[in-house]
Amino acid sequence: MAYSDKVIEHYNNPRNVGSFTKDTPGVGTGLVGAPECGDVMKLQIKVNLDTGVIEDAKFKTFGCGSAIASSSLATEWLKGKTVDQAAEIKNTDIVNELKLPPVKIHCSVLAEDAIKAALSDYKAKWGESAGAGQAAATATTSS
Amino acid sequence: MALKFPIFMDSQSTTPCDPRVVDAMLPYFTEKFGHPASRNHPYGWEAEAAVDRARGQVAQLIGARDPKEVVFTSGGTESINLALKGVAEMYREKGNHIVTTVIEQRAGLDVAKRLERQGFEVTYVPVQPDGMVDVDAIRNAITPKTVLISVMYANNEIGTIQDVAAIGALAKEKGVIFHTDATQAAGKMPIDVEKAGIDLLSCTAHLMYGPKGVGALYVRRKGPRVRIAPMMDGGGHERGMRSGTLPVPLVVGFGRAAEICREVMPEESRRLAALRDQLQDGILSRVDEAFLNGHPERRLPHNLNISFSYVEGESVLMGLNKEAAMSSGSACTSATLEPSYVIAAIGASTELAHSSIRFSLHRFTTDEEVEYVGRRTVEVIGRLRDMSPLYELAKEGVDIKSIHWKAE
Ligand SMILES: Cc1ncc(COP(=O)(O)O)c(C=O)c1O
Ligand code: FES
Repeated sequence: MAYSDKVIEHYNNPRNVGSFTKDTPGVGTGLVGAPECGDVMKLQIKVNLDTGVIEDAKFKTFGCGSAIASSSLATEWLKGKTVDQAAEIKNTDIVNELKLPPVKIHCSVLAEDAIKAALSDYKAKWGESAGAGQAAATATTSS
Repeated sequence: MALKFPIFMDSQSTTPCDPRVVDAMLPYFTEKFGHPASRNHPYGWEAEAAVDRARGQVAQLIGARDPKEVVFTSGGTESINLALKGVAEMYREKGNHIVTTVIEQRAGLDVAKRLERQGFEVTYVPVQPDGMVDVDAIRNAITPKTVLISVMYANNEIGTIQDVAAIGALAKEKGVIFHTDATQAAGKMPIDVEKAGIDLLSCTAHLMYGPKGVGALYVRRKGPRVRIAPMMDGGGHERGMRSGTLPVPLVVGFGRAAEICREVMPEESRRLAALRDQLQDGILSRVDEAFLNGHPERRLPHNLNISFSYVEGESVLMGLNKEAAMSSGSACTSATLEPSYVIAAIGASTELAHSSIRFSLHRFTTDEEVEYVGRRTVEVIGRLRDMSPLYELAKEGVDIKSIHWKAE
C-alpha cells in the first residue's frame, strides 16, 4: 500500500516537533496511546490566557508514518483556534485531509484523543485563569 | 558502481530469479512444452527428462539419496499443508497428537490450528530468548499419541537455526515422524535429510533465486517409509501424493536454482555473513538501545533482525522507502495489526516487537549497498528518536513502564 502524498509530506517535514515545559502558563499536555500498542502521541498546546486562543502547539509521536502525519497536521490546525474551536476537530477531518486508508484510521483517532487530552489538561490546570489574564499573570509571578 | 534504488534487503520475503534460472526455464514455455506424463511421444519424454533432472537437483541440495523422494508442489505453504494434513490423516489411527513450536511460519501454525478444530491435540513448544527450541522441551511434550513433530529449520524473521539433527534423532528414538519447514534454510546452508533424520521437509523455489509458484516436499521412502494422504485427488502424479500437471518451466527453474545454490553456497554464505556482520556492527556501534533479535551465532548468514527502542518499525521503513526495502515486525506493517509473534516469543517486550527491523541480504547485495543502508538507517533512527515521546521520557529518566498507559 503506497502512502498518500500528504502523509509523505508531513512525515518528511513534520510541523511543530518538540515540547513545552509542562508547567508553563497556558500549556496543556496530552499523552495518549501505549507503547505495547505501537503508538504513543504527546501533543501540547500553549494557550494565550488573555484571549483563550491557542498560540502554539507541539507534538512528539511514536508510531507509524500516518500517526506522525496525523499529529503533525493536528498541531498545524490547532494554532490560531480557540480552545472551543479546537475541541471540534474530528478524526474524520484528519482522515479526509491525509487520505488515510481504513487500516490507518486508528492513527487519526489517536490524534483526536491527543487533542482532547491536551485540552482537558489545559482546562484542569488553567481553566480558571483563562480570560482573566491579569489574575493568571499575578498567580505565576507570585509562585 | 552506482547504487540502484530502492536497495532490496528483504530477501527473506522473496528473492529475484537468478538470470541463469530464467535462461534454463525459457525453452520450456515454448519449444519444449510437453506434458511430463505423456508417455508415448518425444514431447512428453523431453518434459519428463527435464522434470527428472530438476528432481535430482533438488534432491542433491537437501541430501536426499533418492530423487523419487522429492514431490513437487506449488510452494512452501502447500508443502507444509501436505506434510501436516497428510500425516494427520494417514496416521490418525495411531494417534492424534502433534508437537510443533510457537515460531513456525503462519502456514505451519494455521494448519495446526485447523487440525486442532478437527480433534487433534497440538503442543506448541516455546522458544528460549535466543530463539532456540529446547530439544528437551520437545522430548517432554511427546506422548504415546504423538504422530508428528514439526519444527522449522531456520526462522524467517530472526534467522535462528534449530538443532534439527538432535530433533531428528529424538524423533527416531520415539518412532515419531519429523517434518521441518526448511523454506528459509534450503539453498542457504548445508542440509542433509539423512544425517539429520528428517522424514519430511518443505522448501520453496522463490527463496533460493528460483521462480515463485513452485516448491517441494521431501518424503522419506526408507527407514521409515513415510506415507501421507494427498490433498489433491486426480491423475495420480507425484507418486499419487500431489495430482496435477507439473508446471515444467517452474520445476526446471527450481532445479537450476537448487543446483546453483549448492555450487555457490560455501562462498556465498561466507560473503553474506561478512556483509551482514558489517551491517550489524555499523548499526549497533552507532545506535544506543538497539538489540539483536535471535541467536547471534546460530543464524542464517543473510539475516539481521534488530529492535530499535523508542521508534516504531513502519516509520523507520517509511523513512527509507525510496532508498531501501526491508520489513518490520511492527503491528502497523501487518494486515492483522498484531506485532510479530516471533519477536514476542523470544521474550522481548511488545514495544520492542513494534520496533524490529529485518534486513535480509542476498546474492546480489553489494558492499556499497550495505554501507549505504547502514548509514541511512542510523540517520533515520536518530531523526525518529528526536520525534519520539518515549525517547524523550527515557532521556528524562522516566521509566516508561511506570507510566499508567491507557491501552485500548
Ligand atoms: C518459513 C517459511 N515457511 C513457509 C513459507 C511459505 O512459502 P511459499 O511462499 O512458497 O508458500 C515461507 C514464505 O516466506 C516461509 O518463510
Ligand atoms: S500507529 Fe500503528 S498503524 Fe499508525
